[in-house]
Amino acid sequence: MSSQSTLAIETSGLVKVFGETRAVDGVDLVIPQGVVYGVLGPNGAGKTTTIRMLSTLLTPDGGTARVLGHDVVREAEAVRSRVSLTGQFASVDEDLTAAENLTLLARLLGFSRAQAAERAEELLAAFDLTTAAGRQSKTFSGGMRRRLDIAASLVITPDLLFLDEPTTGLDPRSRNQVWDSVRAMVALGTTILLTTQYLDEADQLADRIAVIDHGRVIAEGTTGELKSSVGTGALHVRLVKAESRPAASQLLTRMLAAPVFLESDPFALSVRTDDSERIARALAELARSEIAVSDFAFGRPSLDEVFLALTGRPAEDTTANQEDAA
Amino acid sequence: MTLASETTATLGAPTDALRKALTSQIRPSRPNPLTAVRVSAWRTMRKMKHYGVAVLFDVTLMPIIFLLTFTYLFGGAFAGSTKEYLQYFLPGVLVQTVVMPTVYTGTALNMDITRGIYDRFRTMPFWQPATIVGSLLGDIVRYVLALTTTMGVGLALGFRPDGGVGGVLAAMLLLLVFAVSVSWIFAALGMVAKAPETVSGSSMLVMFPLVFTSNIFVKPDTMPGWMETIVNANPVSNAATAVRGLVHGDASGSDIGWVLLACGVITLIFAPLTMYLYRAKSRS
Repeated sequence: MSSQSTLAIETSGLVKVFGETRAVDGVDLVIPQGVVYGVLGPNGAGKTTTIRMLSTLLTPDGGTARVLGHDVVREAEAVRSRVSLTGQFASVDEDLTAAENLTLLARLLGFSRAQAAERAEELLAAFDLTTAAGRQSKTFSGGMRRRLDIAASLVITPDLLFLDEPTTGLDPRSRNQVWDSVRAMVALGTTILLTTQYLDEADQLADRIAVIDHGRVIAEGTTGELKSSVGTGALHVRLVKAESRPAASQLLTRMLAAPVFLESDPFALSVRTDDSERIARALAELARSEIAVSDFAFGRPSLDEVFLALTGRPAEDTTANQEDAA
Repeated sequence: MTLASETTATLGAPTDALRKALTSQIRPSRPNPLTAVRVSAWRTMRKMKHYGVAVLFDVTLMPIIFLLTFTYLFGGAFAGSTKEYLQYFLPGVLVQTVVMPTVYTGTALNMDITRGIYDRFRTMPFWQPATIVGSLLGDIVRYVLALTTTMGVGLALGFRPDGGVGGVLAAMLLLLVFAVSVSWIFAALGMVAKAPETVSGSSMLVMFPLVFTSNIFVKPDTMPGWMETIVNANPVSNAATAVRGLVHGDASGSDIGWVLLACGVITLIFAPLTMYLYRAKSRS
């Protein structure tokens, strides 16, 4: 099999252009085997396009990409036999049952009829779908469908699995189930590249993270590195009334002598600071000014703040909110 | 932000089932193209089975309505008597019966593309045309169902094929070849359309002239010369003429030859075009 010294993914100056848009604009990635690697970015940052090039679905317009040592253009077949992709939208055949979906894929991968049936059963059991095996997948909940979709990517145990926004639109319980499978897969030796727009998710799962914005990697490192690159800790304050945010913002700026970030939640603001004494005084001052605080916390910066610090804007598109507040 | 970590930490250990599934080292060699086609055709047929009688309803309702209205409303006027018209019209309806549902091939392929199923297929190392060819061949079941039902209704209404069982079977076989060829047109359309509805919507632009400017409904000799020329050049007319000949036992070799030639030409244009469009998906 593959030696661990071969990189899972190595790209250099990867480019994809759609008409006028440079969807991916010079992406460099170096990803070792055996890790969960997170690609983090807002909608339209180029995450999906990057994944589609790495999984041979799209031909790059520039740069090079090697996956498990094979060039994605010249050795596409070799790449295809070692990787698997779970797309952003569950790509199972809704008209077929869960068992039929898995059997179909197994047969198309060269399993004999008996092997295919056995493999389908194994995967259904692994993803807690045995009782739903005979149901058409269009009757499935979002979480079940996503699990079936992941199972469908594992008919042949891939060396590298691409998961494109695996938990978008899932309820918290299903999301945790997907997270558990990701942890289990990597524990058993599969390298995983996952894209996400949830900073929380990257924080939870990924060993290393690349932050992508406008088709470029704007930061790369472990979550710890990314957080410390932003620097110090931060004070998070949540107000009782959204209307009092401008006043709170002014007061905190003055008391803490640091810029205040208005978060996407209209009740929340945060300030980057390490000075606990000033924080105590600022909170007291808020109380004296009758600005009611429902919640506050002091901690290391969240990836949300990392993103803000890197791009100068929040990860989510909240420009409207900010204008209102300013 | 770290709320979930406590709740999932203990569950993070792989279950035995997951461990078993994930440590499987079966790596079969890729299936031969024929197997891949067969498996894809199986898929299309399974889907039809899940749809159940709705499939039959979809494909036979239109031809039967046409059969009844044309025979009993216009039949007397067109051919002197409804009985006589039915003898002429039923073979034509059989052509219509298989040509209309060829659109489904295009909508089904387009649905696979828009739902992302083809994205998965395209990352798998089997002979890529297999899924498309298989889906075209799987649709033969649909055509057989439709033909049998329409023929059955025709017989019940008093249609009598002079060519006997052999003639009817030969006609059906020819129609299956014809339908699979025509379905390549919609397969190509299915590759480029933005949504399945676009395929079915725009198909009417092709279907209407194809079915109506033909000799399915009336003999072209009462038409103005220019229209007669158009009608006679339409491959659907060739098919209807050949089917008429076969079911009534007086088909000429050239009637059948023209149909097979049309099938060949359509397939030679649209099958490579479909595959070209399929591959081009990796560029945009």
